[in-house]
Amino acid sequence: MELRAQIRGFLIENFLFGDTAPLADDQMSLLDNGIMDSVGVMELVAFLEGDLSLGIDDAELVPENLDSVDNLVAFVSRKREASVA
Amino acid sequence: MCGICGAIAVKDNLDVPEGAVERMIGALSHRGPDEYGAWRDERVLLGHARLSIIDLGSGQQPLGSADGRVWVTFNGEIFNYVELREDLRARGHVFRTASDTEVIVAAYREWGADCVERFNGQFAFVLLDRDTGRVMMARDRFGIRPLYYHRHGDVLLFASEVKALAGWPGCRIAVDPAALGEVFTMWVNVPPHTPFKDVLQLPPGHVAVLEPGDDAPSIRRYWHPTFLPAVEDHRHVAVDERDRLAHEVREALADAAEIRLRADVPVGAYLSGGLDSSATAALVRERTGDRLKTFSVGFTDAAYDESVWQRLMADHLGTDHESIRVGDAEIAGAFARVVWHAESPLLRTAPAPLFALSGLVREQDFKVVLTGEGADEVFGGYNILREAKVRAFWARDPESVSRPRLLTRLYPYLKQSPPEFLKRFYGAGLSGAGVDPFFSHRPRWTNTAGIMTFLAADVAEAAAAAATAAEERALAALPADFAGWGPVARAQYVEMTLFMAGYLLSSQGDRMLMGHTVEGRFPFLDHNVAELAGRIPASVKLASLEEKALLKRAVADLLPVEVTRRPKQPYRAPDSSSFFTGYGAELVAEAMSSEALLEAGLFSPDRVAALLRKWQAGKLTGVRDNMAFIGVLSTQLLARQFGPEQERRTHDAALPADAVVWRGNT
Repeated sequence: MELRAQIRGFLIENFLFGDTAPLADDQMSLLDNGIMDSVGVMELVAFLEGDLSLGIDDAELVPENLDSVDNLVAFVSRKREASVA
Repeated sequence: MCGICGAIAVKDNLDVPEGAVERMIGALSHRGPDEYGAWRDERVLLGHARLSIIDLGSGQQPLGSADGRVWVTFNGEIFNYVELREDLRARGHVFRTASDTEVIVAAYREWGADCVERFNGQFAFVLLDRDTGRVMMARDRFGIRPLYYHRHGDVLLFASEVKALAGWPGCRIAVDPAALGEVFTMWVNVPPHTPFKDVLQLPPGHVAVLEPGDDAPSIRRYWHPTFLPAVEDHRHVAVDERDRLAHEVREALADAAEIRLRADVPVGAYLSGGLDSSATAALVRERTGDRLKTFSVGFTDAAYDESVWQRLMADHLGTDHESIRVGDAEIAGAFARVVWHAESPLLRTAPAPLFALSGLVREQDFKVVLTGEGADEVFGGYNILREAKVRAFWARDPESVSRPRLLTRLYPYLKQSPPEFLKRFYGAGLSGAGVDPFFSHRPRWTNTAGIMTFLAADVAEAAAAAATAAEERALAALPADFAGWGPVARAQYVEMTLFMAGYLLSSQGDRMLMGHTVEGRFPFLDHNVAELAGRIPASVKLASLEEKALLKRAVADLLPVEVTRRPKQPYRAPDSSSFFTGYGAELVAEAMSSEALLEAGLFSPDRVAALLRKWQAGKLTGVRDNMAFIGVLSTQLLARQFGPEQERRTHDAALPADAVVWRGNT
C-alpha cells in the first residue's frame, strides 16, 4: 500500500474511528485539531515501530516529524532512505 | 434522607390520575423505604418517601403547620435545626415535632423564601403557602440533593429523580440527543438542563417561586462560592499567620463534622485511604471519642487499590472497619443499575465501586455516612487546579521550555510523552490566560469533545450547538466578581459549580448512596468551611504546587505521617477493560451492537464498530478512547431504560395504594 494511504488509514481508523472529515488535508496539525492527544502520540509511535518497522529515537519525537500526514510521510521516507543507504 | 415528588396545577385545579401517587413515590422507594406519605389540596400534590433518620416517631411527611396553611415535602437535612428552632421559638413559633422539617415551615413563615440562607444543610424541598398560593422550591448551596421538574400540559411535576416524573400517567420522559453534546464536552449538563428532553433541574444554590397565575417559576440564586481578588490570592503569608489559618480551618471542619453527626441512628464514615476522608474520620473521633464504624472499597487490580492505606488509617483510629474489594465482574455486573440510578450518560465506571460500597453500608444496617467529598475543590487538591496554575505561569512566558515541564510533576505518566507534544497539547488555549473564563478547563473540554465523533450524523450538529449553548449558559451564570479572581480561584469555581455539582455529588454521590438507601454527609461542603477557605489566599491553600497544603497543616497531628505525605492518588476504576469477559462482554455485545445503536439512533454504528475493534485488540488505553467507550455504553443503557423499558419500570415500581399514608389538613 502506498505510504500516504497507509498512514492516513491508521490515523482514521485508530484516532477517528472511520470519520474522515476531521482529517481534511495532509498539512493540518494532528494535535491542534484534536485528532491526537499527547498520549495518543505513543499509539502513533507504536504504529511506526510496529506496522512500519521503523526504529525511532526519542529525539525524533517532535512535531516537525509527526504532527501532520505530510510530516509523517516525509519523516518515514527519510528514515527508509537512510536505512537503505 | 428521602425522596420527594409532586405536582402543581399551573392553571385551574389539579386532577390527579389514578395510580399517579403510587407510581411517583414508588419510583423513589430506594431513597426512602421507611414510610410513604402524600398530601393534596385542590391545586397541589406533595409526595414523600421517607428514610427515617431524625425524629423517628413524629417526623412523617409531607408535614403541615398546625393551622394547615403551610405544607412541605423535604429531602435532606438542616443540620442547624436545633439552633434555628430555639431562635424561632424565641420569636413565638410553636413546634409539635422534634424534626428539622418543621423548622423549615416555621423558618419560611418567619423569613419567607429567604429562609434558605439560614439553613446549614443539604436539602431539596417544595413548600406550599396556602395563604398566598405561592409554591417555593429550594436546593442546597452545592447541589448535594437533586430536584427536577417538568411541565406536563398544565401541570408542573417535580421529583428528586427523573424516573419519578415518568410515574405520572401519560408522561413520557426521553433522552435528549442534543444534550449529549454537553456531557460529551463538559462531562455534565449545565443547569438547568439535564440529559432529558424538557426536564429541568433547579440549579444548586437557587430558590424558585411560583405565584398563582405564573406560567413558570421565577428562579433566584441565593449563594455561590466566593474567592479573594487575584491580588490577595498571590499574597505572601507569614508562617504564624498560616498557623493561625490552619487552626481556624481545623475548628471549622471539626464543627462541620460534629453537626453532621446529628441523627437518631448511628453514623458511619468512609475511608478512601486519602487525606480527606481520613481527616473527616479523625475529627469525628477526636470530637466524640466514640469508636467509629468505617467503610471502604478496594480493587482487585492493584493499580487502583488503596486498601493498604485504608487499613492503616482504620488501625490508626481504632475503627470498626468493613471493606469490600471489587473487580471487573462487580463493575460490569452493576453497571446497568449504576446508570439507572445516575440518570446520566457516564464517561467513567468510577461510580460503580461506590455503588458497591453503599451496598456494604446498607448490609451493615447503617443509613448515614460521612465522607471527604469536597475537600479537593474547597482546599485545592485537584490536578486541574494545579494545572491551571502551571499553565497561567507558563502563559506569562509562552516560549519557556522549563515551564511546561512542570506539568510532568502533576501527571507523571506524561514523562513518557514527548516534551514537544506535551507543549502543544497543554499549550492549546494558552493565549486565553486571564481572558478565557474557562481557561483551566479548556484542554479537558477540548479533549473530551473528541468523543462527539461517535454521535450519529443527524445528532452531531444539534449536540455541538447544545455544547456551545451550555458554555454560554455557564458564562452567563458567572458571578460579577469572577473576573477579578486569579487562575486557581476561577478553576475552583468552575470545578465546584459544574463538575462537582453535576457529576461528583450526583453520579458518584447522592445517586450511588441513595441507590442503596444510604445518606452521605460532607463536612467539607459545610458552607462555613467553604466560605472560610474562600477567604484564604490560594498561595496558602495550594502552596507552590503542593496540593491542600493548608489542610494538611490543619489536620497533620491527627493522621499518620504516611497519609499526609503520600502523593494524592486520584480515585479511578478500570474503565473499558472491565467489560472484556463474562457478563460485561455480553452487555457490550448487546448494547453496542449495530441493531441496538440503530434503534436508539444516537450513535454511528460504523464508528462504534471501529471503537470496539480497537477495544478487542486490547489497544483501547487512552483516556479519550475510554471516555468514548463508557460514554456510548452508558448512553445506550440510559436510552433503553428511559425508552422501551420506561413503562414497565414505572409499573413495576408502583406501590400498592394502601402503602401511601394520606395526611390530613389538621
